[in-house]
Amino acid sequence: MAFNWDFIIKFLPNYGMATLLTIRLAAFGILLSVLLGVSCSLVLYFRVRVVGAIVRGYIELSRNTPLLIQLFFLYYGIPKLGILISSHACAIIGLTFLGGGYMAEAFRSGLESVSKAQLESGLSIGLNSFQMTRFVIFPQALSVAVPALGANCIFLIKETSVMSIIAIQDLMSLTKELIGMYYNTVETLTILVICYLLLLLPVSFLFLFIERRLRYAEFGL
Amino acid sequence: MKIQTERILEIEGLKKVYDGKPVLNGVDLTIHRGEVAVVIGPSGCGKTTLLKCINGLETHQEGVVRFGGKILGDGGLKWTLARQKIGMVFQSYDLFPHMTVMDNVMLGPVQVQKRPAAEVREQALELLERVGLSDRQKDFPRQLSGGQKQRIAIVRALCMNPELMLFDEVTASLDPEMVREVLDVMLGLARQGMTMLIVTHEMEFAKAAADRVIFMDEGVITEESEAREFFKSPRTERAKRFLNTFYFD
Repeated sequence: MAFNWDFIIKFLPNYGMATLLTIRLAAFGILLSVLLGVSCSLVLYFRVRVVGAIVRGYIELSRNTPLLIQLFFLYYGIPKLGILISSHACAIIGLTFLGGGYMAEAFRSGLESVSKAQLESGLSIGLNSFQMTRFVIFPQALSVAVPALGANCIFLIKETSVMSIIAIQDLMSLTKELIGMYYNTVETLTILVICYLLLLLPVSFLFLFIERRLRYAEFGL
Repeated sequence: MKIQTERILEIEGLKKVYDGKPVLNGVDLTIHRGEVAVVIGPSGCGKTTLLKCINGLETHQEGVVRFGGKILGDGGLKWTLARQKIGMVFQSYDLFPHMTVMDNVMLGPVQVQKRPAAEVREQALELLERVGLSDRQKDFPRQLSGGQKQRIAIVRALCMNPELMLFDEVTASLDPEMVREVLDVMLGLARQGMTMLIVTHEMEFAKAAADRVIFMDEGVITEESEAREFFKSPRTERAKRFLNTFYFD
C-alpha cells in the first residue's frame, strides 16, 4: 500500500485545528497547574497547619490516580451535582488537578534546596518573611525547579491525548475518528506523531534555553 | 579601653541548650559604642551561637539581650527592626547568588528600610569604592574571588548604616592573601569608630584591631581583658594553652 499523500493534504486543516485546540487546552492547564502547584508548595514549605494536611492529601491523590479516572469523575460526576460544565472546561480542570500535584512537588524540591545560610543571610539584613520569599527563596527555588517544571509541562501536553474520551476534538480523537472512517492508519498516525513533535520540540528547547539563562545567574555562591 | 561611652549591647545570663547539650552556659557581656571586641576560643565553645543570639538567628532559653537599652526578641524590639541596626558578616559570605553585586547591596536599604534607590546607590558606590570594588557592581557573586565576595558582604551590611557589626570568622575560608584584604577593610572600619564584635582566629589581627579580647570556653566567657594585656599575659590556664597553639618554637 502506497503512502496516500492526497489523504494527508485533505485532512491537514483538521489536524491544524486539532493541534490548536490541544495547544489551547494545554496552555490553560499548564498555567493553572503552575499557579496551583506553586501555591501548594508554599503552603507545604511554610508548614501552614490544617491547609498543609489538605494540600498533602490533594497532591497524593492527584499523583497517584490516573488522569483517565480523574476525568471520568469530573465529566460524569460534576453534572450529577447539578453543575453543567463544557467538556473543554472539564479538560482544563482535569489537567490542572493532575498537573497541580506534579508542579507542587517540582517546585517544593526547589524551595527545599535554598540553603539555611541563604535564609540567615536574608534575615540578617532585616527581610521579613514576605520579602524573604520574594527576593531570596522564590528566585533561587525557581532556578533549581525549572528542569522539573519543564518536564511536567511536556508531560501535561502529552496527557491531553487522554481528552479524546470526553468528546474533545483533539489530535488523538481526530486520528481515531479518521482511522474509523477511512482505515488510513499509517497516514493518520504519521501526521499525529509529527503534530506532537512539532508541538513538543519547541517547548523542550524553550525550557533548555530558560534553564541556561537562570543557571547563568545561579552557579557559584 | 573606651568604657566611658554608652552601652550599646548588654547580654545577661544568656543560656542556650541545643539537643540537650548546653551551648551557652550563662554569658554576660557588655559592648560600648565605638568599641572593637574580639571573641576567641576553641571550636565549639559557642562563639558563633553567641553572635547569632544577638541578631536572633538563634533563639536562647534564658537571659536577656539588650540593644540600645531595649530588650530584643519576644515582646521587645522586633527582630526585623533590630537587624537593620545590627549588621552581620558570615564565614561563607552568603551573598545572594542570583543578584548582581549592586542588587545584593541595595536589597536591604531599598526593600527593608524603604530608602530612595538613588540615594542608596550613591552610598553603595561610595562603600564599594572604599573596599576597592566599585568596578564590580554589575558582576554576579560567582564571578568574584572569596576575598572580593567577603568585602561585598561587608559592604552589604554597612549599607544598612548599622550601629553594631558582627563578624563570624569572616576570613576562615579564605586564602592567606585574601585574608589580608578583608582584614584591612575591617581594620579601617575599626579605626573609623565602628562598634564591632568579631569572632576570629586571626590573632595578629586581634592584636592590631581589638580594644578588648573575650575568651570563651565551653559556653562561658572565662577571660575578658584589654587586648594587649591578654596577649602578653593571659590570666587563665585555658587561655594560655589556647594561645600557645598559635606559636611554634
